[in-house]
Amino acid sequence: MARMKFVCDAERCIECNGCVTACKNENEVPWGVNRRRVVTLNDGVPGEKSISVACMHCSDAPCMAVCPVQCFYRTDEGVVLHDKDVCIGCGYCSYACPFGAPQFPTQGTFGARGKMDKCTFCAGGPEANGSEAEFEKYGRNRLAEGKLPACAEMCSTKALLAGDGDVVADIFRTRVLHRGKGAEVWGWGTAYGSQQAGTPTNGVKQ
Amino acid sequence: MSRTGIVAIALTGCALLAACGEKPQTNAEGVKFDAVPWSGTGEQANTGTVFTAPGWKVGDKTAWEQQIKTRMLGQNEYNKEN
Repeated sequence: MARMKFVCDAERCIECNGCVTACKNENEVPWGVNRRRVVTLNDGVPGEKSISVACMHCSDAPCMAVCPVQCFYRTDEGVVLHDKDVCIGCGYCSYACPFGAPQFPTQGTFGARGKMDKCTFCAGGPEANGSEAEFEKYGRNRLAEGKLPACAEMCSTKALLAGDGDVVADIFRTRVLHRGKGAEVWGWGTAYGSQQAGTPTNGVKQ
Repeated sequence: MSRTGIVAIALTGCALLAACGEKPQTNAEGVKFDAVPWSGTGEQANTGTVFTAPGWKVGDKTAWEQQIKTRMLGQNEYNKEN
């Protein structure tokens, strides 16, 4: 089974924010919450690099490890999702996440910022697939419609790739071989570790 | 101290100590697990909607995997003719 992952090619990202807009529109994400955003390094300096950042659906997700109510779960496709009915909005996940993925609808102190919201890889949530409840809480379930996440499919330069780790890694490798540079995949090691394509560890610590 | 006073102090103490108790934090409902993605988004199981991508049979795991793989490979423009 596929292990869904994101790859952002910094050599190709032109900071158009098409992925951010696609995500906002597809999932009707509320004002103030950005499941995906584009970060530019050395902005304005020649050679600046941009990357599109969201939940990377880590192989060993730190959000899942620190959640005091265990509201996170991982699907068979490797997508890290959470149950908003269980989330208490404590914010521990936002401190643990190296990508700043967990978002909260309101600002406030412990427990007063609402249920956490994050990228779902356009896979909805634990409500019935395609139901109104699922859309209201988690957004569209494109995977169940036979589609990939809207951000990646909307990306005009195909800087953002989504899909099975092996497949997207192959696509990226082909590009690097053709252009002869830009082999660094930002966030890949942090999210997926040294293990290739999120191979299950079978409980053995790496 | 009168008996009433002792009882009142004891009751107050019990009430105050009750706040120190720990309520069980078990998840009564439990985390709901998601349905498989190839089951589609229709109201009935294994049915699609107008938004379902054409070209695959909803409910068929192999068909879904092939559909997703086709879309994944579609991201590689080196495979496309220019």
